[in-house]
Amino acid sequence: MNLILLTPLDLAIAATLVVALALISLRLSLGIEGKLLIAALRTVIQLSLLGLVLKFLFVQSHPLLISALALFMLFVAGYEVMARQQRRFSGIWGFGVGTLSMFISSFSVTILALIVIIQAEPWYSVQYLIPLLGMMLGNTMSGVAIALDNLTQNAWQRRQEIEARLILGHTWDQAIREIRRNALRSGLIPIINAMAAAGIVSLPGMMTGQILAGTPPMEASKYQILIMLLIAAGTGFGATAAVWIGAKRLFDDRERLRLDRLGKKHA
Amino acid sequence: MGSLTLKQFRAPLLEPIDLHLPAGECQTLSGPSGSGKTRLLRALADLDPAAGEVSLNDQERSTFSAPQWRSKVGLLLAESGWWLERVGDHFKQPQTELLEQLELPKEAINWEVSRLSSGERQRLSLIRLLSNQPQVLLLDEATANLDQANTAKVEALIADWRKRHQVAVLWVTHDPQQRKRVSDRSWLIESGRLREAS
Repeated sequence: MNLILLTPLDLAIAATLVVALALISLRLSLGIEGKLLIAALRTVIQLSLLGLVLKFLFVQSHPLLISALALFMLFVAGYEVMARQQRRFSGIWGFGVGTLSMFISSFSVTILALIVIIQAEPWYSVQYLIPLLGMMLGNTMSGVAIALDNLTQNAWQRRQEIEARLILGHTWDQAIREIRRNALRSGLIPIINAMAAAGIVSLPGMMTGQILAGTPPMEASKYQILIMLLIAAGTGFGATAAVWIGAKRLFDDRERLRLDRLGKKHA
Repeated sequence: MGSLTLKQFRAPLLEPIDLHLPAGECQTLSGPSGSGKTRLLRALADLDPAAGEVSLNDQERSTFSAPQWRSKVGLLLAESGWWLERVGDHFKQPQTELLEQLELPKEAINWEVSRLSSGERQRLSLIRLLSNQPQVLLLDEATANLDQANTAKVEALIADWRKRHQVAVLWVTHDPQQRKRVSDRSWLIESGRLREAS
């Protein structure tokens, strides 16, 4: 296996392409050159920092430090889920519903994979844990965000239908059932599509990376298959948990629809 | 058969209310828009939170589960909600007799909800509510979208139902004539307080 090392100059060449794109955006007055450059800069800084942190953790692989990084990643993902909601739950629930469900799904699936499948030694070894968890969180985050957003939007728009059912003596569970089911489906469709297209339309990023780093293609495939399956399961469990907790939170102890528990609409 | 009793019931915008609705009696409630009539009905149906006591046949609300309470204390909102495509999908069994009384055709149960006029929606939602056999009826502007002839039919149906099943009715209405026609007692809301109308 021979890894071709990248020099700063190599990255600079790639960066000039983005700068060229920004110039085009400026020329065509698309108005996104600012956003583009800031996002590109964030990528450079964030990934460099991650590299540094991982380099440090490879040496200092203390469980406490690793947990701290894992929790930090979880909270950022939780914040991201909250930021993507047009109508988020007010108070701690806005952050809590998504974060808790990602914690339940991503963490348990990652730990299961590390202990039972990969059998890393020790199981919390940074080289396996952090990339795995990162991929789990990144994908679960999208699924949870879409599902939750769909749930709260529809509950808001279809309030009359929900209350009509409550009035006729339906339970909260019956009254929200279809909306909850649709929300869950919407959260799962992206990962189902991704699995269906994997390898034909798209070459998954992780597999590409491993191949570039010199891993034999079959080994890279196996890892990618493992990751895809884990992501699908994690996203599914995460979205299920989020939609279930969210739907429950929309009703109080007397099964009243409590849309006042949602905040104002964000763009 | 059902009577409804309110003791120091606190609905939004209103001072605490003591009120008794005997079985088989119809009382009306009037007052300016935004004075809290609908919110009182919603609170009584346990759709919105409210403090104070309310009981059905002398049985306190907290002894019922919320779905039980709501199916016994039936609320008819001015705007009805429908969650399935066809009208009939919302009923447990076809309500031929009730449809006849409102002079709606039997085929109405096959109608698509999205194609109903506002008057049809209102009458069909009343039938849907009655088919649930409530013991108390809370009506919010039950005839707001109806012409005179249909208003009369709805009034007759409710009067008939009330006597036959001995249900108590609390009817929010803007129309002074209707108030006179249907009520045994009537109440006005004035600056947050209930006052009996003469």
